[in-house]
Amino acid sequence: MSAEAIAAAVRTGERTARDVIDEHLAAIAARDAELHVFNHLAADQARAEADAIDAAVARGEDPGPLAGVPVALKDNLCTRGVPTTCSSRILDRWRPPYTATVVEAVGAAGGIPIGKTNLDEFAMGSSTENSAFGPTRNPRDPARVPGGSSGGSAAAVAAGFAPLALGSDTGGSIRQPAAFCGVVGVKPTYGAVSRYGLIAFASSLDQVGPFAATVADAALLLDVIAGPDPADSTSVREAWTPVLPTLGEGVSGLRVGIVKELLDDIDADVLARVHGAADALAAAGAYVGEASVPAVRHGLAAYYLIAPAEASSNLARYDGVRYGLRVDGRDVADMNARTRDAGFGAEVKRRIMVGTYALSAGYYDAYYGQAQRVRTLVIRDFDAAYQDFDVLLSPTTPSTAFAFGEKTGDPLSMYLSDVCTTPTNLAGHPAMSVPFGTGANGMPVGVQVLAPALGESTMFRAAAVIEQAASSS
Amino acid sequence: MSEITRADVEHVAHLARMGLTTEEVTALAGELGSILEYAAQVSALDLADVPPTAHPLPLVNVLRPDEVRPSVDRDEVLAQAPATEDGRFRVPRIMAEES
Amino acid sequence: MSWEAVIGLEVHVELATMTKLFCGCRNEFGAEPNTNICPVCLGLPGSLPVLNERVVEFALRLGEALDFTVPTQSIFHRKNYFYPDMPKDYQVSQYDEPICVDGRLAVDGVEIGIERAHMEEDTGKTTHVGGGGRIHDAVHSLVDYNRAGVPLLEIVSHPDMRSAGQARGYVSELRAVLQAIGVSDVKMEEGSMRVDANVSVRQAGTSELGTKVEVKNMNSLRSLGRAIEFEIDRQTELADAETRIVQETRHWDEADGVTHAMRTKEGSQDYRYFPEPDLVPVAPDDEMRARARASATELPTARRARLVEQWGINEPDAEVLLGVSGLADYAEAAVAAGAAGADATKWIVGDVLGFLNETGAPITELPLRPDGLAELLVLLADGSLNRNLAREVLAVCLAEPKRPRAVVDERGLAQVSDEGELGALIDAVLVGNADAVADWRSGDDKAKKKKRGFLFGEVMKSAKGAGDPKVLGPLLDERLGAE
Repeated sequence: MSAEAIAAAVRTGERTARDVIDEHLAAIAARDAELHVFNHLAADQARAEADAIDAAVARGEDPGPLAGVPVALKDNLCTRGVPTTCSSRILDRWRPPYTATVVEAVGAAGGIPIGKTNLDEFAMGSSTENSAFGPTRNPRDPARVPGGSSGGSAAAVAAGFAPLALGSDTGGSIRQPAAFCGVVGVKPTYGAVSRYGLIAFASSLDQVGPFAATVADAALLLDVIAGPDPADSTSVREAWTPVLPTLGEGVSGLRVGIVKELLDDIDADVLARVHGAADALAAAGAYVGEASVPAVRHGLAAYYLIAPAEASSNLARYDGVRYGLRVDGRDVADMNARTRDAGFGAEVKRRIMVGTYALSAGYYDAYYGQAQRVRTLVIRDFDAAYQDFDVLLSPTTPSTAFAFGEKTGDPLSMYLSDVCTTPTNLAGHPAMSVPFGTGANGMPVGVQVLAPALGESTMFRAAAVIEQAASSS
Repeated sequence: MSEITRADVEHVAHLARMGLTTEEVTALAGELGSILEYAAQVSALDLADVPPTAHPLPLVNVLRPDEVRPSVDRDEVLAQAPATEDGRFRVPRIMAEES
Repeated sequence: MSWEAVIGLEVHVELATMTKLFCGCRNEFGAEPNTNICPVCLGLPGSLPVLNERVVEFALRLGEALDFTVPTQSIFHRKNYFYPDMPKDYQVSQYDEPICVDGRLAVDGVEIGIERAHMEEDTGKTTHVGGGGRIHDAVHSLVDYNRAGVPLLEIVSHPDMRSAGQARGYVSELRAVLQAIGVSDVKMEEGSMRVDANVSVRQAGTSELGTKVEVKNMNSLRSLGRAIEFEIDRQTELADAETRIVQETRHWDEADGVTHAMRTKEGSQDYRYFPEPDLVPVAPDDEMRARARASATELPTARRARLVEQWGINEPDAEVLLGVSGLADYAEAAVAAGAAGADATKWIVGDVLGFLNETGAPITELPLRPDGLAELLVLLADGSLNRNLAREVLAVCLAEPKRPRAVVDERGLAQVSDEGELGALIDAVLVGNADAVADWRSGDDKAKKKKRGFLFGEVMKSAKGAGDPKVLGPLLDERLGAE
C-alpha cells in the first residue's frame, strides 16, 4: 500500500496505525536477517507511537499527512535516545540528546520512525560495503549491492519494510541506491531541507531527501520535511511551495534536455532506458533536445577534493573526548590517534587523509581552491543550459547494481560510479532518480531528472510522466 | 604533485590525528597518490578569472536574536562520555601547550 | 649598538552578550561546569551554528569607535587543530575577510595602528589534575565547556608600540573604549580580556622587523608591563652578544619575573583554513551601520578632556573616574544635582572608591546615590559640616540608605561655629593642659607650632570633631596670645 493510501486510511479510521506497523514489522522480521537493512529497529517505540496515533484519530483529531506511515531513517540522522551510529565503530551505541529537525517534522506529520538504516560509514561510499556493521543486500538480488551510501534506506523501501525512508545525498547517495534498488530517490535543492541533526559529511554538499516506491509518495514526504529552519543557517529562508498538488500537471510544452556529457562511458542497456524515458516525455508533449553542460566533465574530480576536505574537518570532532569510542593512550594526542585508528574504517581514513592533504599548507590553492572554482564553472554551465531547457535528463548511474566485492579493490573505480550525480551536488540543484525498466541482467535502471534551484515542481511533473510510462511499458 | 611519500602520509596523519600502522601508511601512500592524480586534473585548468564558490546558496546575514534558549541536560550528555570527573570530561594528560 | 623595541599586541575580548556566538546558551562566568551547553557549542554530531546578531552589532560599534573600515562582506573560516577544549577540533574564526580592518587608537597623543578585528568563538576550559596544576606534570585533565562558544573579538594591532609603557597605555585605553561602548566588562583578572604580545628588537633607525617572539600569560596591566620589559631586556642582551633570537612562544612567569620558552610541538601549526560552509557571509547593510554609528558614545579621550577642563580636576583623577565602570557617570550625575565637579571628584576617587574597593560592590549598588552625595557636598560647602563630620556622615551613607541631612539631624552632627561655644571649649582645654601651654609660651617657633597643633586637636576632640576650624583656629591663637 502506498504511503498516501495508508495515511488516508488511518486518518479515516479505516485502518489502524497499529495494524500498519505490525504488518511492516512482520515483513522486516521475515527478511531483514538476510538483507541487513536496519542497524537498529525501534519496534516498541513504533508500536507505542502507532497506538498514540490511533488514540488521536479516535478523539477526532487529524494526525497529519503521514498518519501512521512507517518511515525508515538513515542512521546518520540524530534521534534522541535512540542509537545513531553512522555505521561507524567510533559512534557505536551513541545516543544523541536531541533529534534532527527533519525527524521531528516526520513525527509532527503523523509519520512513525520505524528504525535506523545501514549506510556506508559516515555516508562515504557507493555500495554500503563500507559499513562497520556489515553490508546491506539489494532486495532485488541479494548477491548485489543496494548502492550507497543510503543503501539501507533504499533497500527498506524496495523490500517493503517501510513505504517511506529518509536518506542523505552528498554526491549521489540517495539517487544511486534508488536506481540500484528500483525505487524513487530525491536530492532536493541545497537548503530546501534542514541539515540540523544530519551528521555532517560535506557541509556544502549534504542534503536530506526522501525515498519512496512512487513519485507521489516521494512528493508527500518531501513536502513534509522541506522548509526553513532557524537552526540551520544554510537553509532557504522562504516557505516551501508543496510539489504534490501540481504533480499531475503533465509536461506539455516542457523543454527537456539530455545532458550529452553525461552519456559517456554508460552501459548500453542503461543508455537505452534513458532514451526510452526521453521518448515517453516527448510522447506526453515535451520538447526533447540535447543539452550541454561541459563543466560536468570535471565535476567528479572537484567533488573528490571538496567533499573529503570538508569531511576531514567535520570528522575531527571524533577524538574520544566527549562521546563515542575511546582507546586510551599515554596522553591526549596519543589517545586521539589510537581512537581514530580503531574507530574509522579504511574508506573514511582514506577520505580524511585526502581532505587533510588538499587543505594543507602549500596545496590549498591547487586542490581545494581550484575545486571551488570548478564549482563556479559547473553552476555557470548549468545556468546556461537552463536558459534553453526547463529540466535535464541523464542516467543516474553508469551501470546497474554491481556484485559485492566488484569495486572494493580500487577506490577510484568506486568513485567513478558517481559521475552522473556529483555535478548537481556541486551546483546545489535538485535531482531525482525514477525507476525505468530493467537492464540486461534484470536489475532496475534509474533515470535522473535534473532541475534548476528550487525547480522541484517541474522536476516532479516530469518524473511523474516517466513513472507512468514505466508502469505501462 | 601526485608522488606521495611515506613521510607525506605520516605528516598528514599527524595533522589529522590518525594513528596508522606501517602497512596502512604504505597502502595510503599509493592510494592517495592515485586519487590526487585523478583529482589534480582540476589543478591543470586555467581558472584565474573564475571566482571560487564557497556556498551554492546566495544567502547573507542569517542571524538570530541574543536570547537564551534551553541548554541540554548535563547528565544526559555526561552519561555518553567515555570518562568524567566532577561534572567535567576527563582526558589523559596534555603534553603540548596550546599555541 | 642601540636597539629599538617593536611591540604588537593581540587582544582577545569576551563580549558581554546574553548568549554565545552560535547558540542560545548563556554567556555566563562562573556557572557550574557543563551547565551552559547544548548540541551546538558542544559540537555534537549533526549540530549547526547560527550567528548571534548582537555580536555583529558589537563588532560594528567597535568599528566606529576605533575608526575601522568595515568591508562590504566578511566571512567565517574554520581554523583546524586538535585540543581537548575545542569541541569540534576546529575553531570558527575569521581569516582573510574579517569584519573590521585598518583602525587606529590614540595613546598619549600617539596614533597606534590596528590591523584588524574579527569575531571568533572561545574554547572550553581545561584544569590539570596532579602535578601542582601545571600542564606538564599533570596526571590527567578535566574539561568544562561552559566557555566554549562564548563570543570573542580579537583585536590585532600593528607593531607600532616602542615601549612597555606604551603597550600598557594601549591596553588601558582600549579597555576604556570597550567599556565605554558597552561591549565587554574587560576584566583581565577574570579573563574577559586577554593580551598576548609580539616583541622584537631591531637596530634603532632601521625599518626591517627583527625576529618576533610571542609572549603569553600576562594577567594584569602590571604583568604586561613587566613581561614586556623583561622580554625587551632579554632580546637586547642576546642582540648585543650577537646571539640569534629564536622565534618562539614564551610564557610569562609572574612569580619568577621571567619568560620561559613553551614546550610546543616541533614545527609550526598548519591550520588548514577554509571558508566555514555552515555559515553564510555577513554583509553589514546601511541600517546596521547606521545603528552602530548612533550608538557610538563619547569616547574616553574626549570625555577625559572635557572633565579636566570643565571641573578643573587633574588628569590622574580623571583617569580614575573613567577607569572604573560607572564612576564617571556617577560623578556627572552628582554635578548635575548641584555638587561642584572638583569636590565630587575628590570625594569619589577617595572615600567612595575606597569603600567600593573594600566591599567589592559595583557603584550601581551603592545606597548613596549621586544626588545624596551632592547634598553632602553642599552641606560641606555651606559650612554646616566640616571635613571630619562630612567623612563621618559619608561613612554612614555609604553603608546605609540614609540621606546625609537625615544623618546630620539624627546624630546632631552640625558643625560648631559659635564663638561663645568654641571659646568655652578652648578655655577648658587650656586650663586642663597647663604644661602644654607653658611649653608653648617658652618654646621657639617650631615648638610653638607643635604645641599649638596639639592643643588644637584637643579642642577639636572635646568638640567631638564638630569644631569649625575657621573659627576655632583664630580663637585659639587669640586665647593663647593673651596668656
